[in-house]
Amino acid sequence: MNRGGITTSGGIFTALVLITGILLTGYAGMNALDVAFGFHMYLMAAAAILGLIALLMGRPYTGDAGKYNYGVVKAFVIASIFWGVTGFIVGDYIAWELAFPFLNWDLPWTNVGRLRPLHTSAVIFAFGGNILLGSSFYVVQRTCHIRLVGNVAPWFVFWGYNLFIVLAGTGYLLGVTQSHEYAEPEWYVDIWLTIVWVVYLLIFMGTLMKRRVSHIYVANWFYLAFIITIAVLHLIHNLAIPVSFLGSKSYSFQAGVQDAMTQWWYGHNAVGFFLTAAFLAMMYYFVPKRAERPVYSYRLSIIHFWSLIFLYMWAGPHHLHYTALPDWTQSLGMTFSIILWMPSWGGMINGLMTLSGAWDKLRTDPVLRMLVVSIAFYGMSTFEGPMMAIKAVNALSHYTDWTVGHVHSGAMGWVGMVSFGVIYCLVPWLWGKERLYSMALVSWHFWLSTVGILLYITSMWVSGILQGLMWRAYDNLGFLEYSFVETVEAMHPFYVIRAMGGLFFVLGSLIMVYNVVMTIRVAPREETHSSAVLAPAE
Amino acid sequence: MPSHEIFEKNSIVLAIAIVLVVSIAGLVEIIPLYFIKSTIEKVDGMRPYTPLELAGRDVYVREGCYLCHSQMIRPFRDEVERYGHYSLAAESMYDHPFQWGSKRTGPDLARVGNKYSDKWHRDHMNDPRSIVPASVMPGYSFLGKTDIDPKRYKAHLKALNWTAQPSGVSENDTGAMYTQAMIDNAAADLAAQAGDPDSDDSEGLQKRYGGKINVRDFDGDPNRITELDALIAYMQMLGTLVDFKTYNAKANLR
Repeated sequence: MNRGGITTSGGIFTALVLITGILLTGYAGMNALDVAFGFHMYLMAAAAILGLIALLMGRPYTGDAGKYNYGVVKAFVIASIFWGVTGFIVGDYIAWELAFPFLNWDLPWTNVGRLRPLHTSAVIFAFGGNILLGSSFYVVQRTCHIRLVGNVAPWFVFWGYNLFIVLAGTGYLLGVTQSHEYAEPEWYVDIWLTIVWVVYLLIFMGTLMKRRVSHIYVANWFYLAFIITIAVLHLIHNLAIPVSFLGSKSYSFQAGVQDAMTQWWYGHNAVGFFLTAAFLAMMYYFVPKRAERPVYSYRLSIIHFWSLIFLYMWAGPHHLHYTALPDWTQSLGMTFSIILWMPSWGGMINGLMTLSGAWDKLRTDPVLRMLVVSIAFYGMSTFEGPMMAIKAVNALSHYTDWTVGHVHSGAMGWVGMVSFGVIYCLVPWLWGKERLYSMALVSWHFWLSTVGILLYITSMWVSGILQGLMWRAYDNLGFLEYSFVETVEAMHPFYVIRAMGGLFFVLGSLIMVYNVVMTIRVAPREETHSSAVLAPAE
Repeated sequence: MPSHEIFEKNSIVLAIAIVLVVSIAGLVEIIPLYFIKSTIEKVDGMRPYTPLELAGRDVYVREGCYLCHSQMIRPFRDEVERYGHYSLAAESMYDHPFQWGSKRTGPDLARVGNKYSDKWHRDHMNDPRSIVPASVMPGYSFLGKTDIDPKRYKAHLKALNWTAQPSGVSENDTGAMYTQAMIDNAAADLAAQAGDPDSDDSEGLQKRYGGKINVRDFDGDPNRITELDALIAYMQMLGTLVDFKTYNAKANLR
């Protein structure tokens, strides 16, 4: 294995790229037209300088020299936990802001409009993204029986991706946004992510191509579909014209109805490929591994893989029902959204049935319980989604909290729980520990999260349906019964319940932090299976 | 079962197959929106944003207003009664990016233009609960304290001229969003619309953008042009452009 340090072609190439980057961003920083852009350019220059120093010290070469590159996976896991807790706290803060608006403090940096993209990006791209990238690097090595290609490149992807997150997040607080939901970062941050993502694709493909086994394992199909499709979506959706190459502001290339269609073609597939296909990849590796059972059906995985990635791409227009988008597009979107129910449940069935013959482990292994409950939430959300995509249902649910509840049953229940499960699997494996510090604490995390999620989604169901019905209510003289603000007032108790649910979820994640830190730093705690939390039913 | 081996044993084939499979939907759903003529209705009155309205729109985007306010009235009895005529695609044909929104924590704003006075908006922005006690909106008192530099907006108009334009509905012969005269006078037009006493070229502004432009001091401080001027100017024109007396709903059925 060639680990010759900075003098390898990869090392020299990276050094040249970093020096060019320092010059470019330094120049742009000095001539910036707005404060946020200048700050971001200097931040990028500083990152490039640190990268160059690390490279000259040979840091990427002195890490993990074992058969597999675990060093970078560890970094992704830690980053994921850090951003996860950050994103959950910001999310819960916004929830309190909506219940008690004085918490906005009437400052630019703390109002709900700027914090909301910080929350969504932190949980989707920072928490979810880091565990996806990290787990994909772990799974592709283990299932291809070969070390990840490159020494510098994986670390470039780690630091580059997290720099993207810092640029995006600080940008939102400073008012840098292009307002496309789930793709708010401005043009220069998009370009940076493109570079990082291409390197990521090259590493993943390169490792697949050098694999020592003949078949590509099913989890890797899903990871590959995720990487490729996110690249396609990102490039087309983010087409924009910068006002200046020395300022942060840009205008989207498309306008109005076409822009709306492209945004939700992107937006729904950020859900479909970032939050679904890629997390299914995690499911396909970690559930069989943890349950010590093979994947239930190989055929089902083939059928549901191809139908899922084909059908998801059509579903975007259901975000635009009854809008000025032409009817034909809406009908197409609705039709495919309903069909999408089937491959989604194909994935759920394949995941759940993998436990055949191992169901008893749910009683003794809270990590497996988390993974299984995440699949159950996945099944519930992917039933609810197609139902809400039916135009008659959407007429009521659209613009209300029902949508918010639906998103969170998927995001907290599916994405959150499966990520926690994977983190609990990976930490002992990566750091060479026999097991986690405390299984009882995993159980606490599980119950706090589950209760939190249930409070969240039930309160949003009630508030969403209530508000939707109030908007369309008529009195017996034929007038609208409620003014808009009366429907806002009616939301208050549900906003408080939702914020409490979020608090449960945050507390659970803090327990995870403690458990992970203790697992890495000390030996497992003495625990017997007769501990109160894990006691089998008598 | 026909062999799936070719995909499982060859990563390049798998990657190419994925690209093909995921491309179809976008091609079918997005591309025709540029070529099917009925996509954007035929209407009278649409025009590009004036520099001041554009500056206000930039503030609207920057503060994430779209996260709680939609600009898209659906064709339902209750929505039409509450907000006005349902929204048309034509009404957002100059919207880079679109601001239809996806959540109504606050009311729809597609036709908020000319519904409330400037003073109502000023007070509401500074302290929403002084006007609507049950409101959960944040206060935006900092907007009235932040000045706008009119000279910067020429570059914004120029950038918008590089964007995709709706085919066959452009206001002027060049096919671009803004004429050269609009670009050259961007700074003067911005100041004039905000009622700047030093530049009262509102005639030129009206000539370039049409007669229905709101020209006045919006933020209550005639000596400054602030982000609050811009935002209120933007909100006061929202949904007011299309002439619904001449709109033929039957002919525009899609």
